[in-house]
Amino acid sequence: MIRFVFATVLSVLSLATIVGPVAMPAWSQDNIRIVGSSTVFPFATAAAEEFGNTSPYKTPIVEATGTGGGLKLFCAGIGTNFPDVVNASRRINKTELDVCRANGVTDIVEVKIGFDGIVLAGAKSAPAMQLTLRDLYLALAARVPAPGSAGAPDDLVENPYRRWNEVNPALPDMEISVLGPPPTSGTRDAFNRIVIEGGCRNFAGMRALEQEDPYRFLALCRAVREDGAYVEAGENDNLIVQKIVGNDRAVGVFGYSFLSQNPDILQAYPISEDGVSFLNPTFDLIADGSYPISRSLFLYAKKAHIGVVPGIEEFIREFISERASGDFGYLLDRGLIPLSAEERIASLGLINSLVNLQLN
Amino acid sequence: MSDDRANNLDVLSRRVNWKSTQMRARVRRRYWADRLFRLSGFSAVVIAGLFLLFLLGNIIQNGISGFMQTSIEIDIAFDPTLLPDPTLPPDQFSAALARADMQRLLRQALMAEFPNVSGRRDIIQLTRMLSSGARAQLRQVILKDPSVIGTTKRVRILASDEVDQVMKGNIDVGVSEENRKLQDKELAWLGRFQQEDRVSLSFHSRFITGGDSREPELVGVRGAITGSALTLLVTLLTAFPVGLAAAIYLEEFAPRNRFTDIIEVNINNLAAVPSIVFGLLGLAFFLGFMGMARSAPLVGGLTLALLTLPTIIISARAAIAAVPGSIRDAARGLGASPMQVAFHHVVPLAMPGIMTGTIIGMARALGESAPLLMIGMVAFIVDVPGGVNDPATVLPVQIYLWADSPERAFIEKTSAAIMVLLFFLISMNGLAIWLRQRFERKW
Repeated sequence: MIRFVFATVLSVLSLATIVGPVAMPAWSQDNIRIVGSSTVFPFATAAAEEFGNTSPYKTPIVEATGTGGGLKLFCAGIGTNFPDVVNASRRINKTELDVCRANGVTDIVEVKIGFDGIVLAGAKSAPAMQLTLRDLYLALAARVPAPGSAGAPDDLVENPYRRWNEVNPALPDMEISVLGPPPTSGTRDAFNRIVIEGGCRNFAGMRALEQEDPYRFLALCRAVREDGAYVEAGENDNLIVQKIVGNDRAVGVFGYSFLSQNPDILQAYPISEDGVSFLNPTFDLIADGSYPISRSLFLYAKKAHIGVVPGIEEFIREFISERASGDFGYLLDRGLIPLSAEERIASLGLINSLVNLQLN
Repeated sequence: MSDDRANNLDVLSRRVNWKSTQMRARVRRRYWADRLFRLSGFSAVVIAGLFLLFLLGNIIQNGISGFMQTSIEIDIAFDPTLLPDPTLPPDQFSAALARADMQRLLRQALMAEFPNVSGRRDIIQLTRMLSSGARAQLRQVILKDPSVIGTTKRVRILASDEVDQVMKGNIDVGVSEENRKLQDKELAWLGRFQQEDRVSLSFHSRFITGGDSREPELVGVRGAITGSALTLLVTLLTAFPVGLAAAIYLEEFAPRNRFTDIIEVNINNLAAVPSIVFGLLGLAFFLGFMGMARSAPLVGGLTLALLTLPTIIISARAAIAAVPGSIRDAARGLGASPMQVAFHHVVPLAMPGIMTGTIIGMARALGESAPLLMIGMVAFIVDVPGGVNDPATVLPVQIYLWADSPERAFIEKTSAAIMVLLFFLISMNGLAIWLRQRFERKW
């Protein structure tokens, strides 16, 4: 009996394997496909769900691949196997655009959707700090000017600082321990560009170097130390939040949306570019551009797919519509810092006329 | 050396005096060593158990409230001027209902409840106390019973995730106002509902029956469970026959030579390859070369089949090898062909072991997320998939995505989804044990 059952099961299974793939229907997916930045992911998914609920179109599929990974997929070609829209937490660069063009993706619409502030925060119970970009550079760069030097390129030494008060006596006597994203992340990209590089410019010697040899300047001024003071805590910002709440000696680096969701357990450290005015990462200060560590968020769409995959234009319009990114829009609840009303109207105009992206 | 031997012989030849102090000490030492070993073994079990208990305890403590959700009872006046005419034919009626402004219905109800709330900002805040799924809920109520139009009825409406977190005690309302998401006035509104006993925390069936969402109070695991089931179905249908056939051939028919040795080494090697490598293979072959659809369970299942194939082959070979040679000899002696020996005798007898290995391989596939990252199954997908070619995600990926979401309420949803995954894993491994005990033969 058992033998019979097993024999039957076996033959049915083998038959199914052979016939199965052949009998499958042809590939037909007409969802909009979105890939890209994990910073934009919480906003893109919220807009996608609302779009699916209120429009006749299917809910778009959103993948968090990171900005770089997303652009790579996006630029790989035209057709239903390639994504229609890519979210980016930085602007597309020349190299990526060249790859796009080489693969036939020539016409791209670029839409700015808002801003994101990068926050440095600690647990509520951690000592309060006010940080300048200079402090952060000295605490986190791989090589820093030797203490007391003018910061000429030859004065650079391996970062000797272990405690915050060694960097700046006004800071607490606490070990430097910063949890932040890995180099694959767009957040880290912006952090290196604004914080480390910005702090580097505080030194006359490095400023001179930037004029003389910008490549050498970048090489020296973008590297983050790898001796354990900066911990790469993965792309998961939530995990960083949970880790710093568990350890009040650690400082976390993450997107503003995570601060806005956890105001009862986190304290953000005020940041200053010039060492005079310290600014908290608040909604208004990031929106008007005065908080120093912020960047723009973008959305790119393939013109060749508009009209083929239904709803792409409408989806982008939903993203920057009044009810999504307006003053009381639902994306603001998720932590998006929206464009100003004028910029929003300008972006809507770009969508309506489908202006091609030009990099200069 | 010779002394030692002489001594040993001496010990053997003479009657041992067990009472001597020397012998007593030796016996004591042996008992001690024995007890110590047993104790260390036992404490290893205890430590492992404690870790497991801590993990499970933590997950259950966090996750159990994820199956519950807060609702608020609200008197809704189903205003006939905002809603379609209930005498319309059903399809027209539902189409008109989809266009009706439910948000306004809710807003009117809340403003009637709190007549002294005014100002656009405050009214928006008031409606934000309810879930954005409230509109769909109202639509359902009307669709079920169109006669409510024109009347006022008390409806249980899902509260927003923040209200829900306050009710569950996950947000500390004791801290000062600027440090929490819910402001004092919102808490006052909530307090009034509570006083009137209209706020309730109850079992939330949507968590089992719904698809994914960006709103923690609206999420469900059904999309992920269906995706996992479809993916595993494809995996089973591919990996089992291929794995079994490979095992039978290698064990029963293949000649022993260098070639089969190389194959054997490779299979064992493949079993230890990190799963992300299979994801890259899937990306290159199924998506790149075959041009299959991204995010589809078909591709996910085939990729995971590559991953489980070595496990199935290895366990199936072990099970086949464990069937005694006498069975084969007897069958051959009665004139069975080699294929008849394999399919009539050896494979049925080895089946319990093969099944156990397959189920354990499947359980591993159920828990995988890394290879699926590459083929686009790590995605936000709202609709529950209907077939192997629909975009889908799987349970471990769903857990990963929720763990990565900023909203506080997703912490409990993550743990609740882990509980669902553990339930399926325990069921599968339990089935494997049951099969083994039910059908296993001792020779």
